[in-house]
Amino acid sequence: MSAKEPLFSANNRKLVTGPLSKNNPIMVQVLGICSALAVTAKLEPAIVMALSVTAVVAFANVIISLLRNTIPSRIRIIVQLVVVAGLVIVVDQVLKAFAYDVSKQLSVFVGLIITNCIIMGRLEAFALGNTPWRSFLDGIGNGLGYGIILVAVAFFRELLGAGTLFGYKVIPQCFYDAGYSDSGLMVLSPMALITLGVIIWVHRARNKDLIEEN
Amino acid sequence: MKALRDYLSKQKPKFQKGGKFGAFQSTFNGFESFLYVPNHTTKSGSHLRDAIDLKRTMSIVVLALVPALLFGMYNVGYQHFLSLGQLANESIFSLFFYGFVKVLPIIIVSYVVGLAIEFFAAQKRGHEINEGYLVTGMLIPMVMPVEAPLWMVAVVTAFAVIFGKEVFGGTGMNIWNPALIARAAFFFSYPTKISGDSVWIADKADAFSGATPLATAATGSFDKLPDLATMFYGFIPGSIGETSTLAILLGAVILLVTGIASWRIMASVFAGGLAMGLLFNACAPEQAMTAAQHYMNLPAINHLVMGGFAFGAVFMATDPVTSSQTRSGKYIYGFLIGVLAVLIRVLNPAYPEGMMLAILFMNTFAPLVDHFVVQSNIKRRLKRAKVNA
Repeated sequence: MSAKEPLFSANNRKLVTGPLSKNNPIMVQVLGICSALAVTAKLEPAIVMALSVTAVVAFANVIISLLRNTIPSRIRIIVQLVVVAGLVIVVDQVLKAFAYDVSKQLSVFVGLIITNCIIMGRLEAFALGNTPWRSFLDGIGNGLGYGIILVAVAFFRELLGAGTLFGYKVIPQCFYDAGYSDSGLMVLSPMALITLGVIIWVHRARNKDLIEEN
Repeated sequence: MKALRDYLSKQKPKFQKGGKFGAFQSTFNGFESFLYVPNHTTKSGSHLRDAIDLKRTMSIVVLALVPALLFGMYNVGYQHFLSLGQLANESIFSLFFYGFVKVLPIIIVSYVVGLAIEFFAAQKRGHEINEGYLVTGMLIPMVMPVEAPLWMVAVVTAFAVIFGKEVFGGTGMNIWNPALIARAAFFFSYPTKISGDSVWIADKADAFSGATPLATAATGSFDKLPDLATMFYGFIPGSIGETSTLAILLGAVILLVTGIASWRIMASVFAGGLAMGLLFNACAPEQAMTAAQHYMNLPAINHLVMGGFAFGAVFMATDPVTSSQTRSGKYIYGFLIGVLAVLIRVLNPAYPEGMMLAILFMNTFAPLVDHFVVQSNIKRRLKRAKVNA
């Protein structure tokens, strides 16, 4: 990479757009599934979770990338964990201070961002071998790629499970009067798995090159 | 009949590859083989084939379901007029006819939705359409409450056929019994429509208690339970096809005589339920404090005739696709279904009926049971080989 490369060159833009579809951390790499199942019953916590993970993965990428030439490779996992844990604590405190209700809903899952496979995966696979700016873009891209899937799953689960979006009723009362009722199954985590499966199904049907040989 | 055959033969070329409606080949073949035995001959390999194919197997299972279904229709009418207190004025035919009119729409919805998805999936994959859904489509209405809204039946049927069956590769590839997936989806999606007192009797009079015997037993008031004979004959509220143990046993006889269902599974489910019931009776405390402790005192034999136990044992647990395949595996699989069903009923107040969850649970573990049976057999024979050598 030459030093003159512009900040938003085609190569760098690809770092952000790639993880949104063809290299999506959830749909293609199948990482970070646990939290995708746990926090997607409603849209609001899903979006907050997506933003938190994006912030953590982007800044952890930058910090590790800055340190990459000084970290002894034998203890790099510990160093990465310390950095991620520090950032997660910051995010957790910010949420508690400014979005207390959502932080209550997310409960333990904010803390569990530390164990999110996407973060360790990006640190290991990308930040250790790339410059800070590129690592930052990669973190933003992967965070957003994780986020859009979370939001998509949460959209269907909240709409079909509670008839609301962001807590506002969107299914008109006349539907309920006519005998419609919300599906309690959508609120349970198994349906998050199935919704996710359907999203992956549709995605692979549209991108045939992702289908594995068998 | 000849005219129909001639008509089909005349239309056939249009549906072959390259014909006018070539895209609908599987649909046409499906209908043709539904009406007539296909005249395929084997081209290679073994030429001796047993006459019992999927079509005949499925037809016999549907036949075995008929007694329970007919009684279910009669019972729908019986319970309705009983709740209104007009039983004396009605003839047996008007009772049956009332139930027939109530149940028929559910059956039609189940078949139309399920078959539409099956046909679409087979067409899309270029598979032949097979008869697998005929049984599932009949089982689904029989495990529904009579007051189930039709659109909910349609939704859960679609869910069960797509996610319980087609994503695994269609008939014969599914892990769980699709009809039970439909019921489980119904139970968790719309719990108020499949539990409680008001869904089991069609147009129930408000003053009449419509609680199923299971719900009554769960509250510990055994004196309000119908007597054993009434529950055995099936004059109790419940899902459409599950109430009459007698009619279900008639179906069981058909299945066992024709050798379609495994007697090992059936017998061991009943044995497991009875054993667990007796175990509860034996260790029930003298002074029952909680509802569950009350429930432990229920005579074990009652568990076998209440709710969906018999129906599940005869028609659901014996599904050859989702049950264990090995001989000793079948005993283990069936026994554990019986044990779990009674365990869930008695100890978990959230689920008055444990049969559905017990069968789905053991469906999941059936391959594991088989694995251990096969492994232990291999080990046993290896040991023998070493001793002899």
